[in-house]
Amino acid sequence: MLLRDRTVLVTGVLTPSSIAFTVAKLAQEQGATVVLTSFDRALAVTRRSARRLPVEPEVVELDVTDPGHLGTLTQRLPVDRLDGVVHSIGFAPAACLGQDEGLFAAEWEDVATALQVSAWSFSALARAVKPVLAPGGSIVGLDFDASRTWPAYDWMGVAKAALESTSRYLARDLGPDSVRVNLVAAGPLRTVAARSIPGFAHIEESWGNTAPLGWDVDDPEPAARAVVALLSDWFPATTGEIVHVDGGAHAIGAAAPIVGAGPDPSG
Amino acid sequence: MTTPTATRQDIVDTVYEACVEILQADRSTLSETTAFAADLEADSLALVEIVMVLEERFDLRIPEEDLDGVDTIGAAADLVSERLAAAA
Repeated sequence: MLLRDRTVLVTGVLTPSSIAFTVAKLAQEQGATVVLTSFDRALAVTRRSARRLPVEPEVVELDVTDPGHLGTLTQRLPVDRLDGVVHSIGFAPAACLGQDEGLFAAEWEDVATALQVSAWSFSALARAVKPVLAPGGSIVGLDFDASRTWPAYDWMGVAKAALESTSRYLARDLGPDSVRVNLVAAGPLRTVAARSIPGFAHIEESWGNTAPLGWDVDDPEPAARAVVALLSDWFPATTGEIVHVDGGAHAIGAAAPIVGAGPDPSG
Repeated sequence: MTTPTATRQDIVDTVYEACVEILQADRSTLSETTAFAADLEADSLALVEIVMVLEERFDLRIPEEDLDGVDTIGAAADLVSERLAAAA
């Protein structure tokens, strides 16, 4: 088992369709003790989801915008040591996503919230857990490829670019403590969070055509497996990395035309 | 646990119970035409929790994309009926 005797804090479990839910499930199957976090009204939904995991984990309240929650997190954990942390947190106000005016639709307050919750929180969470993070520990964040633009993703894409940079700096700063920091850039998955993004369906539809391996928007397991692998000691010298779990779409400039669909160039 | 032989009234009653539990709704004001958003001020998160309650009570899984257009108690009961019939 990849995570035998390891303890992993998993944020971002809302429903069983959440990527983090599958991460928690696979981590338990691989031997880990899992602790979940959630906050505010989502807590009740997270607790219901927790009961559907192989072992019902404790759910600790954590709003990453609340300094009190962050400051007391380690005291409120049911464990005294963490070997892994999963950051699956992102939010942007409606003005940041899928607006006809694109980036121009959002004011700074909206963008600030998106950056705080989706990027700054990665660093804030790492700082909060650092006192109990064991050497050899691993922090993994969920990303969506921010090297290019996407329809409707707008300021959330900018926030993901900030998350990617934050991850590299955290890798630099936590390396001396033998803690690895990496991201998994998953292809589009049909979670509650993704369904709230207007226009995201277009990305879902085209992804499978571009990805050499194809892509199932309803299957979070490939991304979750990569997260579990990065949490394990099977990537002992990898940090500051972005692992693409997207069917290979990131490597493809444009999808090849469907064979037989166009005129025969030889004719 | 309710079995797949649940009657329409069993299902509607269970949706009522979920609304009382999750939304603190007044049971006496609920009917099949009660709208989650307009009448009960339920947002998408509340609706997700109501559906999870229904999944637990009826031991079934309702894909989240099936929730599109489910805006009343009657529509939620219809959805549960369809899933129970599909699972039978």
